[in-house]
Order: sequence, then C-alpha cells, then structure tokens
Amino acid sequence: MLVMEKNQLTEEIEVLIKKYGKERSSLIPILQDIQKQHSYISDYAQQEVARLLDIHPVEVFSVISFYAFLNSSPKGRNIVRLCQTITCDLAGKKNVASAIERELGIKFGQTTPDNKITLEYANCLGMCDVGPAMIVNDRVYYKLDPEKAVSIINEIR
Amino acid sequence: MEEKRKGAVLFSDYERGSAIKKLRDLSREDILFELKESKLKGRGGAGFPTSTKWMLTAAAKSDIKYVVCNADEGEPGTFKDRVLLMEYQALIFDGMVIAGYTIGAKNGIVYLRGEYSYLLDSLETYLMKMREDNLLGKNIAGKEGFDFDISIRLGSGAYVCGEETALIESLEGHRGEARNRPPYPVNTGYLGKPTTVNNVETFASVTHIVMKGGEWFCKHGTDKSTGSKLFSISGDCSRPGVYELPWGTTIKELLDIAGAENTKAVQVGGASGICLPKSQFDRKLAYEDAATGGSIMIFNEERDMIHIMNNFMEFFVEESCGQCTPCRIGNAKLLEGVKMLESGEYTFKYINKLKELGQTMQVASKCGLGQSSSNAFLSILENLKDEIFNVRKGGNHGN
Repeated sequence: MLVMEKNQLTEEIEVLIKKYGKERSSLIPILQDIQKQHSYISDYAQQEVARLLDIHPVEVFSVISFYAFLNSSPKGRNIVRLCQTITCDLAGKKNVASAIERELGIKFGQTTPDNKITLEYANCLGMCDVGPAMIVNDRVYYKLDPEKAVSIINEIR
Repeated sequence: MEEKRKGAVLFSDYERGSAIKKLRDLSREDILFELKESKLKGRGGAGFPTSTKWMLTAAAKSDIKYVVCNADEGEPGTFKDRVLLMEYQALIFDGMVIAGYTIGAKNGIVYLRGEYSYLLDSLETYLMKMREDNLLGKNIAGKEGFDFDISIRLGSGAYVCGEETALIESLEGHRGEARNRPPYPVNTGYLGKPTTVNNVETFASVTHIVMKGGEWFCKHGTDKSTGSKLFSISGDCSRPGVYELPWGTTIKELLDIAGAENTKAVQVGGASGICLPKSQFDRKLAYEDAATGGSIMIFNEERDMIHIMNNFMEFFVEESCGQCTPCRIGNAKLLEGVKMLESGEYTFKYINKLKELGQTMQVASKCGLGQSSSNAFLSILENLKDEIFNVRKGGNHGN
C-alpha cells in the first residue's frame, strides 16, 4: 500500500470516528462504512481503527471475523448474495445458482477475475413468500428464475 | 408484496402519532396497567410478558435507560417485520416512544438486520418527519420534560444477534455472543444500563393497546394468548404472505387460508421451531400449544424431509456463534447424522445417540438459539420417521 493511500485511509477513519464517536460501540458502524467504501477492511485499516479507538487490533479482527457482511480480504465490487435457506431452496434456488455460475464461469464463494462480482450464499433474507431471492449490493430481487437472475447479473457486469 | 390479510387488531386503523399524543393524559402506571390487562406477550417467539419486562425496567434505578427494537428478523421463514417496517412504521416507532415514556428512557435504538439495509432510507426519512412533528425530540407532543429520540443501527449478517443479549453485545461493538443471564437486560443491558428489548411486532401491539385498551386486546385470541399474531406463511401454498390471525387458529384453518394442498408437514416457528405432521394439524397456534414467532413453512407430499433437515442443520452449523460447546459441536454432529440418513448408512444405535445429543443441546446450550437448534432435527425424526427410516427412495434403508 502506498504511503499516500495509507494517509488517505487514516483520514477517512478519522472522519468516521468523528461521525460516530470515539467509543467501542461505534466500532461496527465504522467498519460497515469502511466495508462499503472499499469492499473489505484491510489489515492497515483494522490497525488504524484499533489505534484511533484505543483498542487492540485483535479485537477489531475478532469482530470482523464474526459477522458475515464484514470481510478482511478483498471482494468484488458487487456482492451477490443468494438466499440458500429452505423456502428459497424449495422454490428453485439451485437452478438459479447454477445459471449464475455458468454465466460468470465461477462458483459461489468466488470472485470474477476482473474483480467485478463476488458470489455468496446468504442465510434467510426474509423474502420467503417471494423466493428465490437475492441481494445485490443493497438491492433485493425476488421471484427469481434462472433467466431473470442472469439478466440482473449481466446489468452489473 | 404477496398476499396480506388484515385482522382486527394489528392491522386495524391507526392514525400516526395519536398514541403519543394520548400520553399527555396517561401516567406510566396507566400504561403498565393496560399492558398487564392486555396480557401481551413478546412477539419474537419466546413469549415473555411485556408488562413484566417494562415494569422491571421502569423500576430499575438509573438515570440512563434504553429502549431497543429488535428488528433482526433472521428466523428462516419469518418476514412479518419486513412488512411492518415497510408499511406500518407509525405503529413501531410510536410503540417505542410509549416504551421510552413508560420506563423512563430518552434513547431508543432500532437494531435492523443487515439484510434489510434497503429499508434504512425510508425509516430514517420517517424518523425525520416525526422530529418535525414533535413526535420525537424534546417535550414530545407538548409534554414538559418528555424527551425521546430513536436511532437506527444496522446488523451485519448474524442470526444469533436476534437473541437479546447477543444483540446488545453487537450494539456495544463486540462479537454477537450471548451473555450469561442473570443479570438480565432489564437491569444490566446496553452499556450496562437498564434496557428493554422488544420485537417489532410487540411495539406495534403496544401502540394499539394504548389506543384501545387492554380489555379490547383480550377480546381477541385465546385465554393465555391474547390478541392477534402476524404469521409469515411460505412454502407450498398458493397464497404465501403475511396474515394477521387471532391466536388459537388451528394449523388446518391456516392451511386453508393460505391455499395449501397436499400438505405433508408444517414447520412452525422456523428452523428453531418444530415440524408437525398431518396427524397434528388440529393443533392450535398459541403460546400454550404450538408456539411461533410467526414463521410457518408448508411442505407438501413431494418434499424430501431429509433434504429439509439437511438445510436446517446447515443453517445452524453456519449460524452458531461457536461460544458454547453443545451448540457448536452438537449442530455439526447432527448435520453429520442427517448425511448418514441421506446415504442410508446409519445404525439406529447411533441415531438414538444423536437424539440424546439433541436433548442435551436443549438444556445445556447457553442461549435460546442453541437450546432450540435441535428442535427441527428431533421433531422431524420423531414425527416423520416412517418416511425417514422406511420409504426412503433409492439407497439402502439401513436395516
């Protein structure tokens, strides 16, 4: 990481701490914002958050590793989360998943080589009456079938 | 989105802010009295009496108290809070203001699950509107010294954070691991202060109770389960959706309403609930019989119960926080057992051992998640054993 990038990241974190307050309870909102901005929370970002909140870096890592939506390693710019829980499963999740995998040439859990899309499974998205459902970044799509799912994916490709 | 059926209680008419304005003439004792009359129980599933929770928080000595709305609706098959959060914000937020008034809190926090982050903007906008109309902020509705405000915090994808102490841990910036209880949140909650944590639907019910009284609320439902309940119905039926029905509705009635045919089994209460076979469809949905936080999943004759068990167990293996051994190891072992059933390579001796393990998990796990994580496994094994042990297509039957 370049020194300039590091400085910029530190500044960003300082702004976030000002926004949320220098308390332990601000940790998750700060991490969520970094995640949103950079699609992951780098080692350096973790250390800076820890230093500025006056907690041990391992505390920061332990929180990131706990939550499914926080990552310490880079992901694609767009994250596709397909619901794998039972009603979406029964409504045809598998066919939707294979269609997306075929189209992108990667499996769930992987990121496209151009870093554009990461495919993940998620547990119950609360769209059980209109499954199969998936969330792309912050938007939710439901009543998917293979064709519809692929056309949504192609829009962000 | 899909079907919605309005009942006589929760989805009855309500004018935004009117319950808050009514607080001008009510003391906190009045509200606690009405709540007690109403016999309202927590709508998240555990069914703790709301009046008791609020009374304890109100009685706790502290300058700072918190009201927390648990909008971490993660139970598979539950989506009623999504509908409330999208279309009935007034009921929820007014209920939180009432809670703040009753227990003496100035701060309310909504813990919104990360999966519902797309609702955040509309909720924030609604809160702004409440501030403009003096339904939040200082001297609310002209009542001197009544200050209250609400903020929203997003979760980050952890089912266990629906457990109230895990939720508080998460709010405080920690891993969402359940705490030992006691002390209970009513005394030692968020940041060590007295906190009442209630489900979205509970707050919505409170708002109606303040408007129409506890006695009115009791007219609906059964003796022990008063009022109505929002049921999230999904699975094999022609009309899935959110339905408001009085407590005491039988499963059979509910299946008719949802347009379910050829039903083999109904999962009541989500992945942590129980699976009921046809022979038990006359059971009532109520705290005293088949209890649920609202999740109803319907499986028809075509469905493979071992596949369903497998899905539930995979869910718990992923979502167990890993803090206590019965839940962390137990769920992994049960999942292994399901795979054995699937391949037909099992012995009854071992399956019986797994049943014992499941029962151990129910008593030895630390939090509600762990304690209920073996319910689906045990109830499917018990209630649908004919299918699982005998009529399994293909493979060897293990005997």
